[in-house]
Amino acid sequence: MNKREFLKDAIVFFPAAGLLSALSSQAAGKDPSAPATSGYDPTDHWYGMGIDVDKCIGCNRCVEACKAENDVPDEPYFFRTWVERYTIHADGETTVECISTKPAPVDQVAPENPDVVRTFFVPKLCNQCAHPPCVQVCPVGATFQTKDGVVLVDEKRCIGCRYCIQACPYGARYLNPRTRTADKCTFCYHRVTKGLLPACVEVCPTEARIFGDMKGRADRLVRFERANPISVLKPDLNTEPKVLYAKLDGEVR
Amino acid sequence: MSGAIPASLLEQLSHQLSQVVGFIYPNEVETQWAILIVVYPYLTGIVAGAFILASLVKVFNVVEVQPIYRLALLTALSFMLVAGMPLQLHLGHPERAYEIFFTPQPTSAMAMFGFVYLWYLLGILLIEIWFEYRQQLVLMARQSRGVMKSIYGALSLYSKDVSPEAVAFDHRASRIVTIIGIPSAFLLHGYVGFIFGSVKANPWWGSVLMPIVFLMSAIVSGIAMVMFLYIVLSLVRNEKLDMRCLDKIGLFLLVAIIVDFALEALDYIHRLYQSEESIGILTELVSYRLFTSLVVVQLLLGMLLPLLILVLVRSVRFNEELRKLLYFTSSLLLLLGIFSMRWNVVIGGQLYSKSFRGLMAYKMELTGIESLMTAVMLLALPFIILTVLFRLLPPRWMELHAPTAA
Repeated sequence: MNKREFLKDAIVFFPAAGLLSALSSQAAGKDPSAPATSGYDPTDHWYGMGIDVDKCIGCNRCVEACKAENDVPDEPYFFRTWVERYTIHADGETTVECISTKPAPVDQVAPENPDVVRTFFVPKLCNQCAHPPCVQVCPVGATFQTKDGVVLVDEKRCIGCRYCIQACPYGARYLNPRTRTADKCTFCYHRVTKGLLPACVEVCPTEARIFGDMKGRADRLVRFERANPISVLKPDLNTEPKVLYAKLDGEVR
Repeated sequence: MSGAIPASLLEQLSHQLSQVVGFIYPNEVETQWAILIVVYPYLTGIVAGAFILASLVKVFNVVEVQPIYRLALLTALSFMLVAGMPLQLHLGHPERAYEIFFTPQPTSAMAMFGFVYLWYLLGILLIEIWFEYRQQLVLMARQSRGVMKSIYGALSLYSKDVSPEAVAFDHRASRIVTIIGIPSAFLLHGYVGFIFGSVKANPWWGSVLMPIVFLMSAIVSGIAMVMFLYIVLSLVRNEKLDMRCLDKIGLFLLVAIIVDFALEALDYIHRLYQSEESIGILTELVSYRLFTSLVVVQLLLGMLLPLLILVLVRSVRFNEELRKLLYFTSSLLLLLGIFSMRWNVVIGGQLYSKSFRGLMAYKMELTGIESLMTAVMLLALPFIILTVLFRLLPPRWMELHAPTAA
């Protein structure tokens, strides 16, 4: 092959190879949101969140921070995270309400009612399941689990069929009416891969939310897990949530 | 981020929120799968049922049903061509639907359904119809002129051979395609059931019986649809019905209803007896949200009444006119009943919270994409396609023209 032929072939070959590798990486569903930050290796991490139920005061600031940080629609039908209030009555009845859908701040003090035994708040969000049923059902692989254990949605690939919303046992997903694609909590992946905390954790005034890395030996989350009686939501469904609740009442589903 | 939130959606959600009883997760106000996803398994079911009825002739040599063989095949095709449309229209990004075929997720029941659908349409239905009609198409191409000549020529894929050997080969081939077609039809609709039955998050759907319940109800709706069309066509054309054929279809319909009823009853008894965590909310769901559509329409009007009628027809010697009327009534009731069964599964599964603490509501839009209007159009479209197919491929052309042509 002479120089001229080589150059001629190269002109065809290199762009074609570039195109092929781009296509194959897309077909392989490479993590499009994986940060280009140098030195970050997702396989070094396995993210989770701890919720200390006793510490939550129902201020709803996590919900507001999440909506602002992640451009979640303001309307009370779309949430990446929300807070529920449980009221246990003397007769054993439990009433539940979502305080995040109310337009005005909710009275945080339980009413003076002899009928009420106790009340408590439970923050909810995507459980970032280790066995995510939403990922299993997505027909096009638009929702996927990253190597650091976060379930994400690629909004450029999602076709908006809503099967993942049906498959989520926790009601953690919604169809974003602006993008017409499925949306959910990302653990603020854009922040945590830069070493920042998720917005909800950052603003929580009582440290009821603890974000951490289960692979870090002295990590706060690991210590939290060791120090508290832990439960997860709907364990019978075998989704293996990575949102861990401390001192959670059995009433909570 | 692109686009604003449609006012109609916010209005619908605000109304649905006002109807919520008890506690629901906040994202559950929106009904994710609405009327179009009710229409989709209804259409697919009719395809599978009509095909299985047709296969009785080819594979099991039930000669009595021969008169409706082609009607059943064309019915299956008409509904098949529309079956994918509600899914496509329902997508948030219909322009990306091709991704299901190009980058499918092997673990997704929905992704695999795309291939099952294509296989059934291209691998079974079109091939079977082509072999069934090939001889007729060749003869029609010979007898027609101008545009129609080229259309029939193209439809016959430019084959010319109508020798007895070639026709015998057609029959053999269509028999083989039908034999492969039966499990494929089972797969097609069983798969639709699996899409719902495999959702463990939703106990109203998540049942191992779901695929088989869907399949049996599909057979009921397909047979009922062909029976309905057969009676209507005879009225329109003012022709005499073949009562032996109608009675035989009636018998198959009766058997299918009994099996379907037994399976659905088993599902409910099993749920009640096991009485798992969800039983409380599911009982409320049936009592407060689905009573009319489930107990009255699906069970009483759509199943027990036609069952009673069909049993009566078989046990009492009614005259032909009355039998025709009773068959007609029961086929209509069954079509209504299976539609409400699809409604109760699809919509019903989204009317209770996965927290098991509350009930939601669904307000159907009258206009727009996900609306009553679209649903009615999609349900009417197969009949329009069928009319065109009847013009293009007259089912009884051979009886009327072939002797002179041959």
